[in-house]
Amino acid sequence: MARDVNQALAREFGLSADEYQRVLDIMGRTPSLTELGVFSVMWSEHCSYKSSRVWLKTLPTKAPWVIHGPGENAGVVDIGEGLAAIFKMESHNHPSFIEPYQGAATGVGGILRDVFTMGARPVANLNALRFGDPALPRTKRIVDGVVRGIGGYGNCVGVPTVGGEIDFHPAYNGNPLVNAMTVGIADQGKIFLSAAAGIGNPVIYVGSKTGRDGIHGATMASAEFGADSEEKRPTVQVGDPFTEKLLIEACLELMATDAIVAIQDMGAAGLTSSSVEMAGKGGVGIELDLDAVPQRETAMSAYEMMLSESQERMLMVLRPDRQEVARAIFEKWDLDFAVIGHLTDTGRIVVRHRGVVEADIPLDPLAEQAPLYHRPTEETPRPAPLGPVADPGGLAEALMTLVGCPDLCSRAWVWDQYDSTVGGQTVKRPGAADAAIVRLEGRRRALALTSDCTPRYVLADPEAGGAQAVAEAWRNITATGALPLAITDNMNFANPEKPRIMGQFAASIRGMAAACVALDFPVVSGNVSLYNETEGKPILPTPAIGGLGVLEDAAQAVGYALAPGLELVLLGETAGWLGQSLWLREVAGREEGAPPPVDLAAERRNGDFVRGQILAGRVRACHDVSDGGLLVALAEMALAGDTGVSLRPGPEGVAPHAFWFGEDQARYVVAVADAAALLAAAAAAGVPARQVGRSHGADLTLPDGHTMSLASVRAMHERFFPAWMGVESA
Amino acid sequence: MKAGIVVFPGINRERDMAIALELASGHKPRMIWHKETDIAGLDLIVIPGGFSYGDYLRCGAMAAQSPVMAAVRAHAARGGHVLGVCNGFQILTETGLLPGALLRNAGLRFLSMDCHLRVERADTDYTRHYQAGQVFRAPLAHGDGNYFADDDTLDRLEGEGLVIFRYATPEGAITREANLNGSARNIAGIAAPNLRVLGLMPHPEDLVDPLMGGTDGKPLFDGLVAALAA
Repeated sequence: MARDVNQALAREFGLSADEYQRVLDIMGRTPSLTELGVFSVMWSEHCSYKSSRVWLKTLPTKAPWVIHGPGENAGVVDIGEGLAAIFKMESHNHPSFIEPYQGAATGVGGILRDVFTMGARPVANLNALRFGDPALPRTKRIVDGVVRGIGGYGNCVGVPTVGGEIDFHPAYNGNPLVNAMTVGIADQGKIFLSAAAGIGNPVIYVGSKTGRDGIHGATMASAEFGADSEEKRPTVQVGDPFTEKLLIEACLELMATDAIVAIQDMGAAGLTSSSVEMAGKGGVGIELDLDAVPQRETAMSAYEMMLSESQERMLMVLRPDRQEVARAIFEKWDLDFAVIGHLTDTGRIVVRHRGVVEADIPLDPLAEQAPLYHRPTEETPRPAPLGPVADPGGLAEALMTLVGCPDLCSRAWVWDQYDSTVGGQTVKRPGAADAAIVRLEGRRRALALTSDCTPRYVLADPEAGGAQAVAEAWRNITATGALPLAITDNMNFANPEKPRIMGQFAASIRGMAAACVALDFPVVSGNVSLYNETEGKPILPTPAIGGLGVLEDAAQAVGYALAPGLELVLLGETAGWLGQSLWLREVAGREEGAPPPVDLAAERRNGDFVRGQILAGRVRACHDVSDGGLLVALAEMALAGDTGVSLRPGPEGVAPHAFWFGEDQARYVVAVADAAALLAAAAAAGVPARQVGRSHGADLTLPDGHTMSLASVRAMHERFFPAWMGVESA
Repeated sequence: MKAGIVVFPGINRERDMAIALELASGHKPRMIWHKETDIAGLDLIVIPGGFSYGDYLRCGAMAAQSPVMAAVRAHAARGGHVLGVCNGFQILTETGLLPGALLRNAGLRFLSMDCHLRVERADTDYTRHYQAGQVFRAPLAHGDGNYFADDDTLDRLEGEGLVIFRYATPEGAITREANLNGSARNIAGIAAPNLRVLGLMPHPEDLVDPLMGGTDGKPLFDGLVAALAA
């Protein structure tokens, strides 16, 4: 590839005229093609966070239990007994649109590497997925490919996929979101970081061989899509979960020794970002000899090798006296192991290939003079309040519409393709509780894991929506009895160069930060995905939140499946908020109004009360009230436990449809044997509480006297996915 | 009972199996790397689930050629016990220790869910803590669990009483609906004529602890321990 390096080529590589001038100033000469490639990927939005950094640093990231916050490959929190949970969520949106199976599969692979590179054995995967209008054939193809891709990779590596979320909205027609989260467990004393150290120490490449796949993937992920996006398929990487599994086992085996000085996976921008970041963090220089890089294609150029995003590769700095110990471990696992360079004291990255210096760049300016933009923001106007909305057809009809709609129907068709039990520690599988519960092997302690966001709220009011996403993750963990500890965030937004979009980003961060502070729920890792628009159509602003909590005893966890003979109590205040509710959209056909307000003090008070009751052993089932409101929450509890419910009328002064379908926040339904005791305890704690019904039989009896069989509700609830995907009924 | 678990590259349920075996026997099983050939002194060899060699060729085909498998064959020939679960069952059919093959699931998708298994006979070392006709629950997680053999082989298996587990309804009926992956005659698990080599697709090892939703799989391991107690 002999190309003249000039401003036109820089533009093609995604660098602006100003940014290219900055490259010329740093280099003092025209860069080589390889050098231009290095600058362009390191300064891409994906790697440099140039539009988002000023806002991200306003998020709260500290707490006594936070061991490593943002800045490492993943966040690390103290979960007790000398153990740490290491976790992060990351997007693979653009590749998943172009090639759904491989895009989603390599998304899972990438986030797994971010976690085990720090010394953790991955114990759980989750995912947050957003797709376009189900009526479009393309949406069906993308959903099918993404689900197969997540399963194909996660099932093979043997990490259980235990939770996630799926939404549909036409705003994602040309730009689905695939956010994957991995959680791992490590000893607090054996956490591995990426800062290189030790002049002269060898730089080791392990894993798969390098090919031409994924070249400039990070740049692609930093631009809008046009009609030509299909032509970008060669920039998508191809995953090999078998090699990943070997890499996990080999790395963990090596990590049990004292051989590793520093380690990082080769993710976005491959060899470039891993070598530049490791040397940069360690304040050292690095020299690479590309002739030593294991290659699976012939005649690769330095440019191609430095920018390849071939999967399942890691870069390590080893103690020189342990090099042979390490080599033996990787050879045992049939993985490539190559010394491809060493650390220097020059503060530069020098790349040689076939006897020629192909790149020689000072590392400090590459990092410190990376572009940083304070992009203009424009506030989203406050939505007009929603006036009174009449109930068109009654509670029973609305409930059937809601439990059958794509956003609320059963996800079993999806979960049933993910191995959720491998490892033998899954206490609450998908569909059993508000958060997945995974026990720590050989211990009583367990993790509670969830992912949450309500993008329609964020669009209508980005600040309230950002706060709501964090609050819902906190609530879902709380509803199992676990103590929420920290979050990872995956900020999916459209083009940040548009002030309206940048305003959504900034306001979401404000809302998230307020919720993190109020709920003691700091951000420890995250990822930003911008330019999520195709042909000028932006996605809904989607700050997906991955939450992690801890339970001292897995046996204390509660799910939401009802048993017969229990009293059902609603905790939290219900005004009957219908703005931006699913009832309004699915039943009344309107997407209007402000989203429900988020009262963080009430959230905290109500949640702490619920957790206390669960840990005291008084709660048999618990479910947070979110999308679809109270009646949908109750129906989900009934379906999960295959037990009917009879409901009492709601309060005077709130319209029945607003009471039963409103999406007021900070609410839970709890099922208890003794309602009087719970009501008294709630009153003492200042938590609004109301008895709404009891569980028994096999029917759903509504407060208006309507009775429907649970079987008929179930048929409606379970219909959408199999019918849509053309599964023959057995 | 001295048990060993064979670990091929890509196997991923070896830890689950080790937990279940230790729970039943009180001893940690030996982990056997697939390049080892000395497995003397073991009563039970378990080939666990996973994706040996990525299942990139035919499931189990590569693992069947591994050095350890000659030793496993010899162990079986001596009358030793061999249990293959999921990928392990596939490997046993590829090795020829059990007849038939596991094809893609009838629905052509990976399936991860609980199934119900009917115990066809309780006079084996694997099923002695169940009753004949008893139904128990077990998670399954596979893309290729659709048991296939020609009619003569199936008739022989049935005639010799070598079908040990069938997919059933919770009430024990053998129906098409209960046969999640489309297996011939609802077969979920079969044994060799000496009843000491057993292969099955579902994972009893993942249901041995009430916290994980039940202990339906535990009698299989308890039975083995009782049978093989030295």
